[in-house]
Amino acid sequence: MSALLRLSGISKQYPGVRALDDVSFELSAGEIHCLVGENGAGKSTLTKILSGALSKDSGEIIINGEKAEIHSPSDALKYGIGMIYQDFKLVPELSVAENIYLGKEPMQSRLPIIDYATMHQLARTQLGLLGEILDTTVPVRTLSVAQQQVVEIAKAISEKVTILALDEPSAALTERELLSLFTIVRRLISEGVGVIYISHRLEEIFEIGDRVTVLRDGKVVKTCPVVEADRKSLIQWMVGRELEDEFPHIGLVPGEELFRAEKINAGILRSITFLLRRGEILGFAGLVGSGRTELARVLFGADGKESGKMFLHGMEIAPRSPREAIDLGIGLLTEDRNRLGLIPEMNVVENISLSSLSELLRGPFLDTKKESEKTQLLMDQLRIRTPRSTDTVENLSGGNRQKVILARWLFTNSKVLIFDEPTSGIDVGAKYEIYSLIGKLALEGVGIIMISSDLPELLGVCSRIIVMHEGCITGELLRGEATQEKIMALATEEVKSED
Amino acid sequence: MKTEERSKVFSSLPVKFGIGLTLTAEIILFSQLSPYFFTAENILNVSLQLSITAIIAAGMTFVILTSGIDLSVGALVAFTGVVAASVAKLALPVFVALPLAVAAGLLIGAASGVFAGICVTRYAITPFIATLALMTIFRGAAYIYTDGRPIWELPQQFGLLAGGRVFGLPIPTLIMLIVYVVAYIILKWTRFGRYVYAVGGNKEAARLAGINTNRILIGVYVVCGVLTSLSGILLASRVNSGQPNAGLMYELDVIAAVVVGGTSLSGGRGTIIGTLLGAVLIGVLRNGLNLLDVNSYVQQVVVGFVILITVMIDQARKK
Repeated sequence: MSALLRLSGISKQYPGVRALDDVSFELSAGEIHCLVGENGAGKSTLTKILSGALSKDSGEIIINGEKAEIHSPSDALKYGIGMIYQDFKLVPELSVAENIYLGKEPMQSRLPIIDYATMHQLARTQLGLLGEILDTTVPVRTLSVAQQQVVEIAKAISEKVTILALDEPSAALTERELLSLFTIVRRLISEGVGVIYISHRLEEIFEIGDRVTVLRDGKVVKTCPVVEADRKSLIQWMVGRELEDEFPHIGLVPGEELFRAEKINAGILRSITFLLRRGEILGFAGLVGSGRTELARVLFGADGKESGKMFLHGMEIAPRSPREAIDLGIGLLTEDRNRLGLIPEMNVVENISLSSLSELLRGPFLDTKKESEKTQLLMDQLRIRTPRSTDTVENLSGGNRQKVILARWLFTNSKVLIFDEPTSGIDVGAKYEIYSLIGKLALEGVGIIMISSDLPELLGVCSRIIVMHEGCITGELLRGEATQEKIMALATEEVKSED
Repeated sequence: MKTEERSKVFSSLPVKFGIGLTLTAEIILFSQLSPYFFTAENILNVSLQLSITAIIAAGMTFVILTSGIDLSVGALVAFTGVVAASVAKLALPVFVALPLAVAAGLLIGAASGVFAGICVTRYAITPFIATLALMTIFRGAAYIYTDGRPIWELPQQFGLLAGGRVFGLPIPTLIMLIVYVVAYIILKWTRFGRYVYAVGGNKEAARLAGINTNRILIGVYVVCGVLTSLSGILLASRVNSGQPNAGLMYELDVIAAVVVGGTSLSGGRGTIIGTLLGAVLIGVLRNGLNLLDVNSYVQQVVVGFVILITVMIDQARKK
């Protein structure tokens, strides 16, 4: 079998993280090669290097037996490499045809004017190859996500593409849409295209993949034909290490009821009912889009709910804004701490005190001395490492940034803390510290809700795990009984279809 | 290490480097070219001239810190001026009519600010468009209100507001200094000031930190509106009339002062001292060019280039 693409010895170093370490990878014509791994394992880095969005530190890319120099996306195109990213790169206001031919518009033969008739005709042919009939004149923002994805694929193959990489193409698709995507992908490989398929939904890999490569911490752990792998072995390769060492031992003794949600309906959320005890770490598992972040925002008063009740210390509460939730003692550490947590222009002190300024007022003025004393205390307690507290937060590492936000909520004396993906983008060492802090808070009687897509993390830290799927709670597992398989089964609703 | 420390010192200064440089150059140049320039009389004169736009610029700094903009200030100056003038002219005792005129003027500014703020928050209209609309509304209203003719024959005391002196300083200069001291304190030592920076830096993060961002946004437009109306009253007093075409293009001078003073148009970054220096830079430049008898068309070109050079120096230093 002659290789269409061969990567050998690819390495990429980020400050503090070795994203790719001597990675080798092969793709044959007409093959679907799946790439799996946890967040941060290096899947995206690898495809970005292939598509010219990132440059490699070392290693070789060989295409059709010849060494390829890829330094920019246009280089990648020259070698026939197409990329479909998770978040599409379409211009929402332009029409389907204009998007497909963006930057390579067919022109009138004599005049420097776009030949729209030809463009639409070509676009229709292109879509036809994918078995899709779309009005090529409508703006893409009016299309469904699945249709946009088809446009994205049509755009990629409107060039001479021999290698196509799909990064989590199924994340936003329904089951039926996924099947038609598979049909399109199969049609492409029958024409000799090699496809790299990245997904965290393992069942897809068994359905469509020929070979699978597992990445972990920037290294290739395993490459084998899909038929030789099963779900269990894949997960084991992906996770790899002993879980015990990764998490601090927290001896939790959950107390009486602290917070309760009853039949909450909001957006995609349907009849969410659960209970949180004092000193408990309650995990929320589920796929992206299962409604966990939406739930957190509703509990925090950031988004409204249609119906349902919430109780804190047995008293009904109804926070209508983050401010009201904060005053009740609820805090939210958002998923995207840079976009939704920190004020980048402000320094560490100002970021920590932001939610508690009313406690620092002396008359109409802020008591800046008290402010710096109180924040310094919190910074020592959380061991926030910064050269100077007057530095802006832009200079801090991911772990320290998360600790700054945590300090903000400790300042407000939160009784219920919601962590949304608390360790995404944080180094392994700093993760352990965050887990320890979460554990310490729980021991002090704070109720913790921990949303995470990192299953080992949930298994290692939580006393109980609630699993969500498409806005509903599909199950609840105690610490002793929870396993990755059980969680994934509930998260993908395999249980119900088996019943 | 040493250069690093030095750059830390520089960046911690409240004042941008570029403006310090151009302002110093300007003052040295004009002192050499005109013997009258560096006299007490001229300095007070400059301070009086620039006070009108400088007071508005203080308010505009609040707005721009939240990454907004207020284009309506020039037209609001005119509308406030004509309304205040007409109130001052009412057949009332002067000691009633004058406070009433000032109060009416400031009220217009506050109302305008609330209106702009609601457009920007509740109706999610971008500040540029909302205040652009307000600009033409106020300008038109000023002409309708006066039938396009200035309002003359105001009580003499009305003119004293801007014409008088206290402690040897022109009253508008004094008011300007007070406005800047208060604005400095608000931005530095109050919760509202801190929230202004937070909303400008990252609005959604600020909301999730428990800040009522809508209230802060409405607040900054009210601050800007009230200070603009204050300037409108002072201007009407200075010319002792209500002019419907007053304050034409003021918004540009005011925005220039704020930006030259180092406040970022994308919000979250900037200082009130920078704005004062920005207003001084432009005011001194106009005055110096007048003293040197440079014709007004050439003046406009020169002012434009000085603004560009100042900002360029800051940009070059950032790299």
